[in-house]
Amino acid sequence: MNTEGSRVFLRVENLKKSFGGVQALKGLSFTVTAGIIKAVIGPNGAGKTTLFNVITGVFPPNDGSIALDGVSIEGQKSRDIARLGVSRTFQNVEIFGRMTVLENVMVGRHIQSRAGIIGTGLRLSKMRREERQIQESAMDYLQFVGLEHRAGELAGNLPLGEQKMLEVARALATDPKILLLDEPAGGLNTRETEGLAALIMRILERDITVVLVEHDMNLVMDISDEILVMNFGEKIAEGRPKQVKDDPLVIKAYLGEEVDYSDL
Amino acid sequence: MQVSNRKYLLGLTIFLALFPVVVMNVGAIGHYLDVMIFVGIYSLITMGLSLLMGYAGQISLGHAAFFGLGAYTSGILCTKLSMSPWLAMVAGVGLTALVAYIVGVPSLKLKGHYLAMATLGFGVIVNIFFNEEVYLTGGPSGFSDIPGFTVFGFSLDSDLHYYILVWCLVLLALVFSLNVINSRIGRALRSLHDSEVAADAMGVETSRYKVIIFVLSGVYASVAGSLYTHYVGFLSPSSFDLFLSIKLVMMVVVGGMHNIWGALLGTCLLTFLGNEWLHIFHDFDILVYGAILLAIVMFLPEGLVDLAPRMGRIWKRG
Repeated sequence: MNTEGSRVFLRVENLKKSFGGVQALKGLSFTVTAGIIKAVIGPNGAGKTTLFNVITGVFPPNDGSIALDGVSIEGQKSRDIARLGVSRTFQNVEIFGRMTVLENVMVGRHIQSRAGIIGTGLRLSKMRREERQIQESAMDYLQFVGLEHRAGELAGNLPLGEQKMLEVARALATDPKILLLDEPAGGLNTRETEGLAALIMRILERDITVVLVEHDMNLVMDISDEILVMNFGEKIAEGRPKQVKDDPLVIKAYLGEEVDYSDL
Repeated sequence: MQVSNRKYLLGLTIFLALFPVVVMNVGAIGHYLDVMIFVGIYSLITMGLSLLMGYAGQISLGHAAFFGLGAYTSGILCTKLSMSPWLAMVAGVGLTALVAYIVGVPSLKLKGHYLAMATLGFGVIVNIFFNEEVYLTGGPSGFSDIPGFTVFGFSLDSDLHYYILVWCLVLLALVFSLNVINSRIGRALRSLHDSEVAADAMGVETSRYKVIIFVLSGVYASVAGSLYTHYVGFLSPSSFDLFLSIKLVMMVVVGGMHNIWGALLGTCLLTFLGNEWLHIFHDFDILVYGAILLAIVMFLPEGLVDLAPRMGRIWKRG
């Protein structure tokens, strides 16, 4: 997929984040080229979700910089970062359970619409038009992930696999330039995971750069262009899937160290 | 607007049109028209509170203060400056919106109990102001002889006139609120109630909408205050105390927090109980309120609006 050269879209430099005494990110640096799928992998507690949370402004970093297409975004608020074209899904599904499936995606269209309190309260004709557009495009995104038949149901009643797809649709509805997927395959069965892989490839065709945190190694190896491997808040390897797979440090992080018994 | 809401609106309008006809022809309940005016006035406040609690997920124990600000602004401007009640109402709305904004911006950054405490404190401060600034408010004994509304030179002087005026405004506010609920703003509000972190990630300006709804609910309460002033013709601080704030929250909870129709239902029930049906209990009416609240929270957490659907579900299950 890495066809259009190497414009760096996301640049993370020396990123540090600690919670109390725990250093979740210890000076992490990497880049994501525009138009690729980059996977972030690592054992539990490696700091992957923290990385996503810092990039999307859930909490500010202690140090370091994050640049999106050359614009520095570190420390900005989530909602402002969303407006700059960063969207995401969540490891522990964060759908709006008491709203319908369609309404969930319509919330995704929020930053692409304008109506204020007076306009909506009085139902001015301009606002009614906008509302129709929001609804139509939300339906398009539902179709894109294959959930259009669920549009009218309460999102909380969907099975986990469909809730994950709904999160993807909602994230896409913001018209992002870069999409961060936090363990999208977690809890999915084999067939659903295959569907997810196909979906991610179709997202890429829409000129959206994808960053993916995932534990499903088959999926990661299949679809990613590059892989960043983290352990204890640090980068231990980065590169194409093949290179990473054979990296001794990566093997050590995942399987543990071989013990030398000769001294005993 | 959803079809069901249209149906309910139509039903409510028909009920409101028939209510005076029936009530005024049955001597024993003739004064129910007066009670219904209070239901309307309090409904204005609780609709705003329902938006704030049920949709924005915030609580306020200070809405009696906004009600009082509207009431006193109207009362003072009309008696001391002989201003037109309509202009005074607009002035009240302006003042209350400003105060709600100033109070809302810092306090809505608080969560849960802290927000409740902050709004409670605000309510108490305003009430003390009503009590102490005697030159303006008449102090604890309040002031009277507040003129009524006039419409095109025709002065509203009967209960029926006020009934019509109050409920027209309630219906307007109801339609406005339903429109807001079924818009991008309503969705934004409901979304942040379900997952604030996801709403944030979608670019929803969560704090901004919390403040907007807080101000809107303050404005509703202020209009209610102006109506109250001109209908009752007399003001005293005890009508705007902490107990009223709590009762308003209770109305919303009893009716059903996540549904604006619940606010209407809860207000209707508790106002009739308070003004009419609980008189035999004298000061012990508070016990009845407590029992009702307890029963609702335990057996009908979604409030009275959920009663019929829940019965339906139980019926179906056999």
